[in-house]
Amino acid sequence: MALPVTYNVRNLVVRKTTTLMTALGIALTVAVLLAILAMVGGLRSSLESTGSPLQVMVMRKGANSELASQVTPEVYQDLKFKPGIAQGRSGQPLASLEMVTVINLESVDAPQGMNVNLRGLTSTGLEMRDNVKVISGRWFEPGKREVTVGESIAKRFPGARIGQKLRFGRGEWQVVGIFSAGRSASNSEIFVDLNQVSADYQRADALSTVLLRVSDPVTASALINDVKNDRRLNMDAMTEKEYYEAQTVSGRLIESLGIFVAVIMGIGSSFAAMNTMYAAVARRAQEIGTLRVLGFSRGSILFSFFIESILLAALGGLLGCILVLPLNGITTGIGNFMTFSEIDFNFRVTPQIMVWGVAFAMVLGALGGLFPARSASRKEILAALRGI
Amino acid sequence: MFRYLPFVLKNSWRNRRRTVLTIVSISMSLALLGVLMAVYYAFYLSDVPPSQALRLVVRNRVSLGVPLPEYYGEKIHGIPGVREVGAYQWFGGVYKDQRETKNMFARFAVEPEKILIIRSEMQIPEDQKQAFIHDRAGCLIGKALADKLDLHIGDKVPIQGDYLPVNLEFTVRAIFEAPENNEVLYFNRKYLDEAMTGTQMANGMKGQVSTFYVLADSPDSVPRIAKAVDTMFDNSPVRTKTESERAFSLSFIAFLGNVKMILLSICGAVTFTILLVSANTIAMSVRERVREVGVLKTLGYTRGLILSLILGEAVSISVIGGALGLAVASFLCGLVRQGPGFSDDLKRLSIHPSVAVACLLLAACIGFISAFVPAWNASRISIVEALRSTE
Repeated sequence: MALPVTYNVRNLVVRKTTTLMTALGIALTVAVLLAILAMVGGLRSSLESTGSPLQVMVMRKGANSELASQVTPEVYQDLKFKPGIAQGRSGQPLASLEMVTVINLESVDAPQGMNVNLRGLTSTGLEMRDNVKVISGRWFEPGKREVTVGESIAKRFPGARIGQKLRFGRGEWQVVGIFSAGRSASNSEIFVDLNQVSADYQRADALSTVLLRVSDPVTASALINDVKNDRRLNMDAMTEKEYYEAQTVSGRLIESLGIFVAVIMGIGSSFAAMNTMYAAVARRAQEIGTLRVLGFSRGSILFSFFIESILLAALGGLLGCILVLPLNGITTGIGNFMTFSEIDFNFRVTPQIMVWGVAFAMVLGALGGLFPARSASRKEILAALRGI
Repeated sequence: MFRYLPFVLKNSWRNRRRTVLTIVSISMSLALLGVLMAVYYAFYLSDVPPSQALRLVVRNRVSLGVPLPEYYGEKIHGIPGVREVGAYQWFGGVYKDQRETKNMFARFAVEPEKILIIRSEMQIPEDQKQAFIHDRAGCLIGKALADKLDLHIGDKVPIQGDYLPVNLEFTVRAIFEAPENNEVLYFNRKYLDEAMTGTQMANGMKGQVSTFYVLADSPDSVPRIAKAVDTMFDNSPVRTKTESERAFSLSFIAFLGNVKMILLSICGAVTFTILLVSANTIAMSVRERVREVGVLKTLGYTRGLILSLILGEAVSISVIGGALGLAVASFLCGLVRQGPGFSDDLKRLSIHPSVAVACLLLAACIGFISAFVPAWNASRISIVEALRSTE
């Protein structure tokens, strides 16, 4: 017969100080793990929600980022009429020629300046970004020196609000609007008229990429193969989604650091839990003897102490989740090694990573509780009853 | 005072299992703290090697990904205090299989004569130097890289271009030994220019370089030169950003986010965890011993002595944990040194004596703080009450 779980809960409550201290130790371990997972998760979700699987990005062969890519207008003309490209509102093929470069904006928390993506595009390019909406002001007008900035740019750079002027290229540009792009990385970009900006940078025939819209995934892969095999073009193609997913590299480094730290801290806290449980077993020797006399088997005592340790750790895990909750939504930036520019994203403490945190804590509890539970179950009835 | 040391040690050994568990628990956390502190020290506190103290890096203000005009080099050379200026062109590329971390190392197109002056700390046999200067398709690699990839003088090194659309093949002509920045391959710019001729990007690349490395005549003129360079190009279409080589390499680390903050907050969390663990154990062991304290008091031990006995026990346990932790930490540093080399500071990561001292001091403090409350209470308890205790 198994011992009821309330027995364990009450035992934990009786020894509140010890329980709380052990649980807090585990909580901090879990909090470190979760903080880093929340950060990497935020970065991932930002990059993953940026790309659409139905848009195909065409870049120069060998270029691993938009910044390193070069595309001529002639190539764009060829690409525009490839089969499979969807049509826009006014019947034009949904193919967008874009120029991407990086500009340096200065801000209060970064007096050195932060690198920000500047994207030149046409009205077709804007039409193809379904998730991007102007939330205040308006879009830049073609032919004018105007820019519309992403939400997080407007938030982080006081100099990039509506009515202000930004200085890049060959002069000043008026900020006329702010757009929101959901959670996607476009929030950290500045949009500007393609012709204006390419003239400023003398890059009218050396633009960056071409973005193509297709109607379904099958067409997408057909189009990708078509572009890749066109030797005359000498271009590489991939879906937008694949492109952004490949950029989570910087996150991976932070993630491995976090896991390394959590595992080492975890070993420490599971030993601490073991200590607590051994003390519990020692203090309750007579109790264990009594339970055995009452007819509880060795197995059920082993199981009961094991459960108690896991409960203790789960409490720590929950505390850890509570500790990291305030991080949720905090904006932070990370450099992107591929584009040398900054991506803004939010910490995301999702239920999913909280489950991971509690599970991690329970594993620690299980590791810490196994040996004490075994030693409890091995106590001889008489010796146990006689006490210390 | 030391008369009581055996007593303290014996006491801490009475519950062996608990002491061992506590020591292991503390040492794991302190090992982690040691590594993090070593990383922090390496990034932000360590002295700049003398050779690096003389060098500056000039890059495009906008971003490292955007090039600089080559003619800036001449202008920078004219600034007083500048001994030499060398152009660096980053060549990405893939060596054999990119998935293996050992194949990831930096490749730069440089001017051979200049790199030898700018990085004069490199030890190279004279004949190899000449061979590198004279063979356009030759390359100069670090000893660490040569050992790792098993390359010798005369071997071929094929690099497939990615960022630049050409495939190059070099012959190892020289191998250098230097205290830092060893995992790198330098080759002749002219070789790259020849290979690029006729490709789509040749025009865009013409007269462009990634960065300039500047050698100053003394460490004191470094800040002045940095300022002079940036002021010089302040009103040009391409503005520059000049910083010491040290600051330049730190800017890569800053790319990983606010590393300083991350390191410090993890350190804080770890310290607090150790404090909890240690306080918990000491509290447990004092609780078990209340009756014993009563006996000691009956024998005439003063409150102060009892307080210091318990504190001494806690401090010695956590210092032993700290020492063990340091041993584990230096092992972990060794692992980090073997890891993928994106930062040269991590390639030389080790526990500096000051880090070791800080760790042990911290361990002692943790022992002291965590034991203070239980020890204080135990020393205040009245004899009768202590003797009556049943725990």
